[in-house]
Amino acid sequence: MGRHVVARVDEVDIGKSKLVKVAGRDIALFNVKGEFFAIANRCPHEGADLCKGQLVGLAESDEPGQYRMTRHGELVRCPWHGWEFDIRTGKSWCDPARTRVKSFDVSVANGGTVVEGPYQAEIFQVSIDEDYVVVEI
Amino acid sequence: MNEIVRSLETPALSTLGGIDCDVHPAPPPTAALLAYLDEYWRETFVMRGVDRLSLAMTASPPRAPINARPDWRVEGTPAGAMLETVRAQALDPFGTRIAICNPLHGAMIMHSDDMAAALCGAVNEWLAREWLDKEPRLRGSIMISAQNTELAIAEIERRAGDRRFVQVLILAQNDEPLGRRRYWPIYEAAARHGLPVCVHAGGSARHAPTATGWPSYFVEAHVAQAAIFESQLLSLVSEGVFAKIPDLKIVFAEAGFTWLPSFFWRADKTWRGVRAETPWVKEPPSDIVKRHVRFTLQPVEAPPEPDALARTLDHIACDDILLFSTDYPHWHFEGTAALSAAFGETLAKKILIDNPLATYPRIAADLSTEAAR
Repeated sequence: MGRHVVARVDEVDIGKSKLVKVAGRDIALFNVKGEFFAIANRCPHEGADLCKGQLVGLAESDEPGQYRMTRHGELVRCPWHGWEFDIRTGKSWCDPARTRVKSFDVSVANGGTVVEGPYQAEIFQVSIDEDYVVVEI
Repeated sequence: MNEIVRSLETPALSTLGGIDCDVHPAPPPTAALLAYLDEYWRETFVMRGVDRLSLAMTASPPRAPINARPDWRVEGTPAGAMLETVRAQALDPFGTRIAICNPLHGAMIMHSDDMAAALCGAVNEWLAREWLDKEPRLRGSIMISAQNTELAIAEIERRAGDRRFVQVLILAQNDEPLGRRRYWPIYEAAARHGLPVCVHAGGSARHAPTATGWPSYFVEAHVAQAAIFESQLLSLVSEGVFAKIPDLKIVFAEAGFTWLPSFFWRADKTWRGVRAETPWVKEPPSDIVKRHVRFTLQPVEAPPEPDALARTLDHIACDDILLFSTDYPHWHFEGTAALSAAFGETLAKKILIDNPLATYPRIAADLSTEAAR
């Protein structure tokens, strides 16, 4: 299917998300500390928009009463029922084998390289002075 | 009427060679415990007239039909008060190989920590001398009052050397939910000695038996027991008791079990959304329950149609969870029809023998020693 330019880097602030449509798919794009991740937007449970979910860390514990928060902002909580999905893999925390969403490779490319192809920019004009988020489908 | 006739005719499976995990010898009259109390309690009980009180737990009036099956009542004594009647009524007819005794005595719920501990100790000693010494098929439960951790542990330590005591016995309703950390040392002591903790229906009368307050009628208090067990199951899982004490086994006695499917669905689904609140709960609650918690069989609150029970068992989806019990002398079935044919032969064997042996290492050890002889 190829590589798709989906957004300008400055369109998605750190800790924020954006819904993008690529080749007929709804994809939730996330910016975690300047790194971009993309997963299918539709929660496999009841279909909520994962792009509207909150980015959270991974709450872990070695024993009752002890709490540890790791992987800051790398999980998205579905806005409807709170199920957590790892935005690196698309797997849910509670049922990783069966409850998961597709994840996509994401990279950042400069407009100068993007205009040369083989990228597909369906949505907007690409400027050679800007950086763009590229999703591979 | 048709309904009743049909349920009486539901075919039952043989219980021969089974391990009955909930039998109730009648708690002794207080006077019979004097011999097992130390001098202080003996003298003060007589002086205060406590020896004339019955301290048996009564959730229902003595003549309530559910307390004792009519053919198991003995004129002049409470049902299950004499060893020979227990042999003739609870052991022989069922072909029972081992039966675990749970005398339900008010010592478990007394306000005075010290009196509660003294009486628990006396009842346990009475059980050992008057029942276990005389009938090799019987096993005991170490009755404790869970309200005082230190005294409860002292009783477990005192009794654990007697291998005929196979579990610790507490009640379903205590001063706090059972998952709370105040109870953990008790569970740790039990697990250290290979003793499951049996949580039996009933509780202190100082807490309402429903979460919405005091009901008016017996039917309410009785039916609400299942909700108490649901709350305790949630508490044990959520507070992380099994994460902290992985060797702990809990036996719910007279809790029923057909409520488990909806409990599992609700608990698992909710856990997915809020599991970060209790990050030590790393699996769906139903998986944890299936590994750590067992349920005695009687009373079965199943619909009369055998097919409906089979469907419920499918939903529970765990063959390890049930332990055979008659709940003698309480009235739940006729004759020896304690094990419905709806369970099928394979599951019946698990319920009667395999599951109890996997739950009670002390019984398993005894039977393998016997087999080796």
